[in-house]
Amino acid sequence: MNFAEHAGKALLKAAGIPVPEGVLATTAQEVGRAAQRLGPCVVKAQVATGKRGKAGGIKVAADATGAEAAAKAILGMTIGEHRVERVLVEQQMPIVTEMYAAVLNDPVSKGPLALFSAQGGIDIEEIAVSHPGALVRLPLDIRKGFDAPRFEAALPVKLPCDRAAVADLMGKLYAVYARNDAELVEINPLIVTRDGRLIALDCKFTIDDSAIPRHSAVAETGTPDRLTALEERGKALGLKFIELDGSVGVLANGAGLTMTTMDAVRHYGGQPANFMEIGGESYTKAKPALELVLANPRVKCLLVNFCGAFARTDVMAEGVINAWLALKPDIPIFFTIHGTGEAEAIAMVKERLGITPFDLMDDAVKAAVTAARGGAA
Amino acid sequence: MIVRGNETVLVQGITGKQGTFWSERMREYGTKIVGGVNPKRAGEAHLGLPVWGTAREAARETAIDVAVMFIPPFGVKEAALDAIEAGIGKIVCLTEHVPVHDTMYVLAAARERNCQVIGPNTAGIVTVGECFVGFMPAFNPLVFQPGKVGVISRSGSLGTLVCLNLVQAGLGISAFIGIGGDPVIGTTTRDALMVLDGDEKTAAVALVGEIGGSMEEEAAEYARGMKKPIAAFIAGGAAPPGKRMGHAGAIVMGDKGTYAGKKAALEAAGVTVCPTPSGIAEALRNG
Repeated sequence: MNFAEHAGKALLKAAGIPVPEGVLATTAQEVGRAAQRLGPCVVKAQVATGKRGKAGGIKVAADATGAEAAAKAILGMTIGEHRVERVLVEQQMPIVTEMYAAVLNDPVSKGPLALFSAQGGIDIEEIAVSHPGALVRLPLDIRKGFDAPRFEAALPVKLPCDRAAVADLMGKLYAVYARNDAELVEINPLIVTRDGRLIALDCKFTIDDSAIPRHSAVAETGTPDRLTALEERGKALGLKFIELDGSVGVLANGAGLTMTTMDAVRHYGGQPANFMEIGGESYTKAKPALELVLANPRVKCLLVNFCGAFARTDVMAEGVINAWLALKPDIPIFFTIHGTGEAEAIAMVKERLGITPFDLMDDAVKAAVTAARGGAA
Repeated sequence: MIVRGNETVLVQGITGKQGTFWSERMREYGTKIVGGVNPKRAGEAHLGLPVWGTAREAARETAIDVAVMFIPPFGVKEAALDAIEAGIGKIVCLTEHVPVHDTMYVLAAARERNCQVIGPNTAGIVTVGECFVGFMPAFNPLVFQPGKVGVISRSGSLGTLVCLNLVQAGLGISAFIGIGGDPVIGTTTRDALMVLDGDEKTAAVALVGEIGGSMEEEAAEYARGMKKPIAAFIAGGAAPPGKRMGHAGAIVMGDKGTYAGKKAALEAAGVTVCPTPSGIAEALRNG
């Protein structure tokens, strides 16, 4: 789960990392009032996505009037797929240098990775390309925590600020990461002020979804994924359902097979209408799952791809057949069924629906793509 | 990792519904299960096997080569550390939704004790005709027949389909290594590839990858020097960016993590990358 800047900064502040003085506001009037107290300020859209600056979601204001005008422009705008409902008004900071600091889960070292660069303010990918030598990468042992001496030793010789202060800040950043089961906590830019202080001007924070049950209070301040009305219904039913733009409805079991079914639809010239995984425990929810897929008005046909490992295809197929017969949708349906229970499942589809599942997944996909185009199946 | 038929297996969480069901299937197939763990039922028997309170207690009484976990996500860290402490050399972690920080803690402890971890979020491993550990249907003759193709897969369902295709094409399977769909896992695609490269019963490799992370790219570096033919399929090419399709993704750095990047890296290493999984069997039969 992603967090908006203000929510991430609250976690930094709690760990003792300085952030600019600021106020979270939902109206231009509130922003004006805050600016009167803060003086020259920055008004920042609070959405959990990058590229806010380029989208016009961050504006500098000299006084309260300017701040109010900035807030009016930003509130209600859409950045990515997020509508801006809140802004953060922050005191302007006297920036001397912009640096970069982050701690993240690293699949390569299989542990936490601390990243630091004295060159910041741009994307880490750009830093890695434009200043590869400036990027400090320190893999850590999560059992031992942050290793300040090793980190200090890895820092470049020349720094625009005190070395011990950087190590101290990284230690605190690591604490935010470790305490909250973060996937990523990033400060970019981390600024050095004229009087040599380090301040977090921005914050990107992502918590590991699997760990949310043990961080319910922190998760309350995060930004849940934006869902379509149908996706909301899917979530309420405990189904993994993602709505897409295409016309071939997809039902499959297992994340890998479902993705693959979508890939094959696209490979044969069609577009999938959804991701829907009904394997595992979900086969008992075949009827609501099918209702959800069919509720998408773009769906022109349904492609069912089951491959039984520990999930039994006969049980999954029975659920789909029952749901299909109860709902009687007026679109064609195509099956391809393999693995555990396939003989029973195929016989059931033939007998109760009067159609024959395809031996090859590719053939079922081709037939579905043709049908979705309005051609003969 | 490959588990041989003579290796002994301890089932952590043996008394649960899944643990019971799959322990029975594993034994029927030939897996040497020596007992299980459940702290609340220590001293009892289950499926005619001893139940210990901890893996450490079990290891004091009998030699254990492999631990397999049927354990809920928040219990995995403790159970895995118990198995590592017991001196068990191989751990198979099937559980989905293990917090990544717990996984990293376990992997750091395992590395120190020279213990190999496979998973989390794997369907397990199969050594065809010898044994299996996890919940792959090794016993299903449609899916597994003995042969010379080693299969590596992040996904259980898709891995099953690829095995089935191989069997349909008249090619059998030497070993199936399910490495798991989590962003941080103990045995990577490259690790599994190295194992199959060194396995004398494996003559060719089917590699089933997914978008996200850089494991396929790292595997490609190793594949470059391999003599055994490799055919691959990478799932998720049609997935829209920024959306998680069931399996947890990973951070994309530069051009690593995309379908195009993985395909290019593998092809540059001489791997045949197929647009749909059914192409794997064809490529290996003709290759």
